[in-house]
Amino acid sequence: MNTNLNNGFGSWVIRFRWLIVPATLFLVFAAASGGRFLGFSTDYRVFFSENNPQLLAFEALQNTYTKNDNVMFAIEPKDGKVFTRKTLAIIEEITAASWKIPHSIRVDSVTNFQYTWADGDDLVVQDLVENAPSFTDAQLKKVQAVALAEPLLLNRLITRKSNITGVNVTINRPQKTITETPEVAAFAREMKDKFQKKYPDITIYLTGVIFMDNAFNEAGEGDMKSLVPFMYGIVLIIMALSLRTFWGTLTTILIMAFSILTGMGLAGWSGILLTPISANAPTIILTLAVADSIHILVTLFYEVRHGKTKYEAIQESLRVNHQPIFITSLTTAIGFLSLNFSDSPPFRDLGNIVAVGVMAAYVYSVFFLPAMMAILPLRVKKVSSSQNIWIDTFGDWVIHNRNLLFWGMIIIITFLSIQIPRNIIDEKFNEYFDTRYQFRIDNDYVEEHLTGFESIEYSLSAGESGGISNPAYLKKLDEFADWYRKQPGVMYVGTLTDTMKRLNKNMHGDDESFYRLPEERDLSAQYLLLYELSLPFGLDLNNQINIDKSSTRFTAILESVSTDYALNLEKSAQKWLKENAPPEMASHGASPLIMFSHIAMRNIDSMMVGTILALLIISAILVGVLRSFKLGLISTIPNLVPMFMTFGIWGWLVGEIGLAVSVVAPVALGIIVDDTVHFLSKFRRARVELGKTTEEAVRYSFHTVGTALLLTSIILVCGFLVLTFSGFRMNAQLGFMTTISIICALLADFLFLPTLLMKLDRLSTKKQVT
Amino acid sequence: MNHIFFILGIALFLNASPSSAETPEEKGLAIALEDDKRDNGYQDFTANLLMILKNRQGEESSRSIKNKTLEVEGDGDKSLSIFDKPRDVKGTTLLNFTHKVGTDDQWLYLPALKRVKRISSSNKSGSFMGSEFAYEDVTSQEVEKYTYKWIRDEEYQGEKCFVFERYPVYKNSGYTRQVIWLDQKDYKILRIEFYDRKNSSLKTLTQTDFKLYLGKYWYPHKMFMENHQTGKSTLLTWSDYEFRTGLSDKDFNKNSLKRTR
Repeated sequence: MNTNLNNGFGSWVIRFRWLIVPATLFLVFAAASGGRFLGFSTDYRVFFSENNPQLLAFEALQNTYTKNDNVMFAIEPKDGKVFTRKTLAIIEEITAASWKIPHSIRVDSVTNFQYTWADGDDLVVQDLVENAPSFTDAQLKKVQAVALAEPLLLNRLITRKSNITGVNVTINRPQKTITETPEVAAFAREMKDKFQKKYPDITIYLTGVIFMDNAFNEAGEGDMKSLVPFMYGIVLIIMALSLRTFWGTLTTILIMAFSILTGMGLAGWSGILLTPISANAPTIILTLAVADSIHILVTLFYEVRHGKTKYEAIQESLRVNHQPIFITSLTTAIGFLSLNFSDSPPFRDLGNIVAVGVMAAYVYSVFFLPAMMAILPLRVKKVSSSQNIWIDTFGDWVIHNRNLLFWGMIIIITFLSIQIPRNIIDEKFNEYFDTRYQFRIDNDYVEEHLTGFESIEYSLSAGESGGISNPAYLKKLDEFADWYRKQPGVMYVGTLTDTMKRLNKNMHGDDESFYRLPEERDLSAQYLLLYELSLPFGLDLNNQINIDKSSTRFTAILESVSTDYALNLEKSAQKWLKENAPPEMASHGASPLIMFSHIAMRNIDSMMVGTILALLIISAILVGVLRSFKLGLISTIPNLVPMFMTFGIWGWLVGEIGLAVSVVAPVALGIIVDDTVHFLSKFRRARVELGKTTEEAVRYSFHTVGTALLLTSIILVCGFLVLTFSGFRMNAQLGFMTTISIICALLADFLFLPTLLMKLDRLSTKKQVT
Repeated sequence: MNHIFFILGIALFLNASPSSAETPEEKGLAIALEDDKRDNGYQDFTANLLMILKNRQGEESSRSIKNKTLEVEGDGDKSLSIFDKPRDVKGTTLLNFTHKVGTDDQWLYLPALKRVKRISSSNKSGSFMGSEFAYEDVTSQEVEKYTYKWIRDEEYQGEKCFVFERYPVYKNSGYTRQVIWLDQKDYKILRIEFYDRKNSSLKTLTQTDFKLYLGKYWYPHKMFMENHQTGKSTLLTWSDYEFRTGLSDKDFNKNSLKRTR
């Protein structure tokens, strides 16, 4: 490249060092002051773009009926009996107290269940349990029998064994401030603590969408607070061990901090709301930023050790490193920017924040770092260059064993690539959190012992105003419920027909033989009217019947099932509706489960496009940089090979691909391409500028960048390994998979790329000879 | 009407204006009593009611009801609501005896079943026909159903108003309190804000298109209830008011239910 310009650049930086340092501080401060606008999102809906079709369907359903965000208290008496005076009294108390939870609009429990029965010609509608301490044993028995026979309660709020019961609170957050979720969660937890203390004979578990949302918030904040300092510690140790310079390490630490502050600060200015995903940005920026400094410092110290003055060394280091650092920063930024193709906004935010941070790191590394080094004292022991001998030995070993390595790598790559189809898409969103979160522990328990967390909901239309009373519609609805109840993994089905049957029985003097759907349309409608007039505040039917009485809500609650199973179940449900029900009843299932299941798929598709585009742009840049179409083309091989290896290893070891894993490809591409850039640019310099043979050029590449590549790879691996300690599964997966890809990239660049270069070179020499 | 309260009301009203010894609670009650007094003596009326329901999704639905109300001395009013639309509930009739103290009595005639059913629920605070009006909002508003507290006087929509709160006595009520804007000249309720059990803003009723009947009774023709929590709303439009139509007690009993048209 332009040697003079970079030479000039180095002296320019040294000349204006006293200007660059305060200017940098000012810039960082200006950007970082945006940090005060940063907050953590507390709503799982942030994972979906505004026009995500599954989100729209679910919002429409919730706008037609009511929201289904909830807080669920699961109460387990230690004697294993819910239907005792004591326990029922507690449930009554918790039910009453739950109405005071902020933004609660409905509370359902076994005690306030609206029990209907016939008293002569009267329809009596009352709480199933009122004033439990006054109950006789016979009454307790009766209440238990009613609850267990009620399809709306069994496996939802009461278990068949009657050992656990639930109080479900529907929460309707106005979604105006991000403090709503933590407020609700804190209130419910306080309630739990209070009741737990007051009644030591029961155990209370807390779950529900609110707690999942709140866990997102806690996970993001927790990761930032624990993982970033951890990462700082690791980098510090590695730097101290490898560079053995106090001021260099200190300046690098500053640069990492500046880059993070810039990325996060600008995110604040642009109004990004953090999620556990984008909260990874600091760790990733930190990891990536350190490489720039290392490249500059390694050269600088090498030159000083070999007798150059400090200023000369700075100039030389910038001359050699400026362009590769710029290119690698650019390609990394492109990789992250391609996350904008993601359908899920948190990943776009992550991509943009990291891209900004990486480019900031480049700017600070070529201005602030040399300026600081020019100012600060530098003491270096002059040592012999024996340090690098091992990498030369390694280079020689690779050249010697090129045939073995080439074919060996081809076999390994092929073997791993075959494993790729083992990956199946699975996204269990309530398992995003590991057991260090109370939500996960409680939810697992509730799922296993009381009721499922995941659901599929439908809004089933009758096609005309008031049509839900049509006997034909009710009959279909009932058949659909029967079909759903027969499917494996379905715990509970909530539908209007069970209420209609019960009312019909009540209206016929509680005659069991009338526990069936009414046969006339006006009769059904009038039953419903009577029933509605009898219901208390908050327990009306608006959550399951639309205002026009032309459609009803249908809810299936599932055990913890795989995404694949849920999607197939939904597909067969639609097929059932299509084949058995009138066309107006056709409906798509909607729920967070369906949303998260689809977004994983959608994201994999969109990230495929993003990755290919990023690869094309990066390859084009490499063609320009290496000024060789052939080398640019060759570069795609070591860039792609690690991808295949990584997904193969993943398929072999894990086999489940979700939202997080789908973004690994472009992220990893941006990072691993750096190795190729460094290796190939040195290779080209040796071949073209120094006129060396292919073998010599390979040796030269190993000699000049081998150590730095190894060092930066170790740091990158450490950085992304740190992410695997996150309690948030997506981050852990992202970290683990990127780690694998970095190791694979290093293997590809050290073992495969050189042997490939030599093979291709021999082919072209042969051609030239013949 | 209850005579003691009636006399007390007049006494308080005469006493009302600048007396500084009056507590906000006393003033609130005085306002309610005066309002109640001004409503007295209409004897009976019939009117038609159209309800238009809307949800957040933009769906709309309507109901239409014919209403007959009879004033009862010494207790709450009696009323008949004859449902006309939706078609499936046409002819269904709700008979309602409001009581000053205790739960109201209700019977529903179901033409499809040709039977009268008593609604035997002690907790009828739920939605009225799926609308944003609760049953307790549409039933006759007796003074004794609440306790009161005057808050302030203020101008509202160009009218000088009392702003006062009332607190339901009914233990199953869905509300902790209601804030009422009542114009001081004609005692028209212009606005009511409802607060739910956790004292959060739940919904707001605005009443407009008032007309004067029999030279002394102001009745609103439009009542708009907006639920701030669910985004749903209901508009009630009253029409064809007729007063002193000669209705009597015998039009308002269980047996008359089946006959009513």
